[in-house]
Amino acid sequence: MEFKRVTIICGHYGSGKTNIAVNMAYELKKQKENATIADLDIVNPYFRTLDSEEDFKKRGIRLICSPFANSNIDAPALPQEMYSITDDRRQNVIIDVGGDDRGALALGRISGAIVQEDDYDMYMVINCYRPLTKTVDELLEVRDEIEMAGRIRFTGIINNSNLGRETTREDVLASLAYAEEASAKMKLNIVATSYDKRLDEELKNRVPHPFAMELQKMIPGI
Amino acid sequence: MSEKVLMKGNEAIAEAAIIAGCRHYFGYPITPQTEIAAYMAKRMPKIGGTFLQAESEIAAINMVYGVAATGKRVMTSSSSPGISLKQEGISYLAGCDLPALIVNAQRGGPGLGGIQPSQSDYFQATKGGGHGDYHLIVLAPYSVQEMAELTIRGFELADKYRIPTMILADGTTGQMMEPVTFDFAVKQAPEKPWAVTGTKMERAHNIINSLYLQADQLEKKNFERFEKYRLIEENEVMYQEYLTEDADIIIAATGIASRVALSSVEKAREKGIKAGLIRPITLWPFPKAAFAKAAEHCKQIIAVELNMGQMIEDIKLATEFKVPVSLYNRTGGIIPDVYEILDYIEKTAEGGKR
Repeated sequence: MEFKRVTIICGHYGSGKTNIAVNMAYELKKQKENATIADLDIVNPYFRTLDSEEDFKKRGIRLICSPFANSNIDAPALPQEMYSITDDRRQNVIIDVGGDDRGALALGRISGAIVQEDDYDMYMVINCYRPLTKTVDELLEVRDEIEMAGRIRFTGIINNSNLGRETTREDVLASLAYAEEASAKMKLNIVATSYDKRLDEELKNRVPHPFAMELQKMIPGI
Repeated sequence: MSEKVLMKGNEAIAEAAIIAGCRHYFGYPITPQTEIAAYMAKRMPKIGGTFLQAESEIAAINMVYGVAATGKRVMTSSSSPGISLKQEGISYLAGCDLPALIVNAQRGGPGLGGIQPSQSDYFQATKGGGHGDYHLIVLAPYSVQEMAELTIRGFELADKYRIPTMILADGTTGQMMEPVTFDFAVKQAPEKPWAVTGTKMERAHNIINSLYLQADQLEKKNFERFEKYRLIEENEVMYQEYLTEDADIIIAATGIASRVALSSVEKAREKGIKAGLIRPITLWPFPKAAFAKAAEHCKQIIAVELNMGQMIEDIKLATEFKVPVSLYNRTGGIIPDVYEILDYIEKTAEGGKR
């Protein structure tokens, strides 16, 4: 995977953006020294990039995130360091944006400078097993809403179709046609097909641009 | 939707309600249940339904009262502090014998507490959170699939007995994502000859009211209503038992606590401890008989709760103090892990050998 200076991860609520952003940050760090992950989620107070804080520290990845993430302060606050995403061009950044158009509003605050610099990719994460984006037409609606709120256009698609921890090889393979249809209708390339790394052997030669991920942990024992 | 989809528990409740024929949702946002409102806001306009974000929880529950009086399937949802605000309306629904579904995705309390999961509204849900003598049917799901199934069941039971029904979920079951299918049969709403739908000058007025001007009428109504509650206790108890038959130690847990406790029971069995689990699915009516039976053969019961010990009181009453009942609990939004519960089971087992 090749990275522009800024990579923006957007998509429908619950499509798997945070897992992808976290794993992309790991990948980015392998390629470039100054790797930053920025969590701009103002929609969901749970399941945040902060869950992987220890891993980022270990790998030397800088985390920008609201001081209130994962706390009881349920405020849609943005981190003050967010302006360094566009001000400090030495940084290579993955941005994890909140779901839907409401989440993309936060992106709209800095998208002007990102577009002006013109060294970015913005990927739409899609999951055909989510009930409100089961058809590509529904996906197009979500895309329009996000682009409108974020004031920036997508440059590629990440097919992250999954059924959580029960996802099988067949579930991923069955999603390829949906991803291709989305690609054709949006006139965007599929830049990655992402899945849990336990499926890597079965999938890496059978899907376009395979991207095996370490999934963030849920509560053990559940 | 017969194929599998990946959903949050909150979304599964919303979709199941739509499948159950609910076309009226009134609510006010609060974490961790806002996905229910967000899902309804997207779906209801597309299917000719009503999504309305009221100006407050109090307004929302009274809108539920109004639609319930017309006989339509209707729901609201909130989380702990918001459910407290709804209590007056819930008491009025109970006093008018109106069917409706109320969802509580519990968070930590008391007061504003916190947005992390909790089970500390057990008393409020099962003992009557509002004023007066009444019960709700209270259903406690432990998976996303059960969030969907119990929502359907909740609407059916509400209509069958003319009683407000509550889904008592928690922040985790509401937020976690799991595959879910919706291919189950639904009993659509029955005829409701009592509903306020206009007389068309063909019948006497139907009146929905909880005010009784004569004391003897109110007393009669209360006795009648409790006869209905007796029938519900007789016919509608739901629970799940796991490895209880030969168990020395029985864990009692519901909702998300039972998910963890189930794994702890399995680990205890691996260590040669005869542990089992009773998971109440209806919290009211409480599965008294299952616990009474367990008390005949087990040595100890452990209530695992995300509160300071609430369900444990119902267990003690149901078992008539025949076996020791102890509590393992976490609060404030903390969920115990498998090994700390296992540790407690081991200590209890050692203490129980005598």
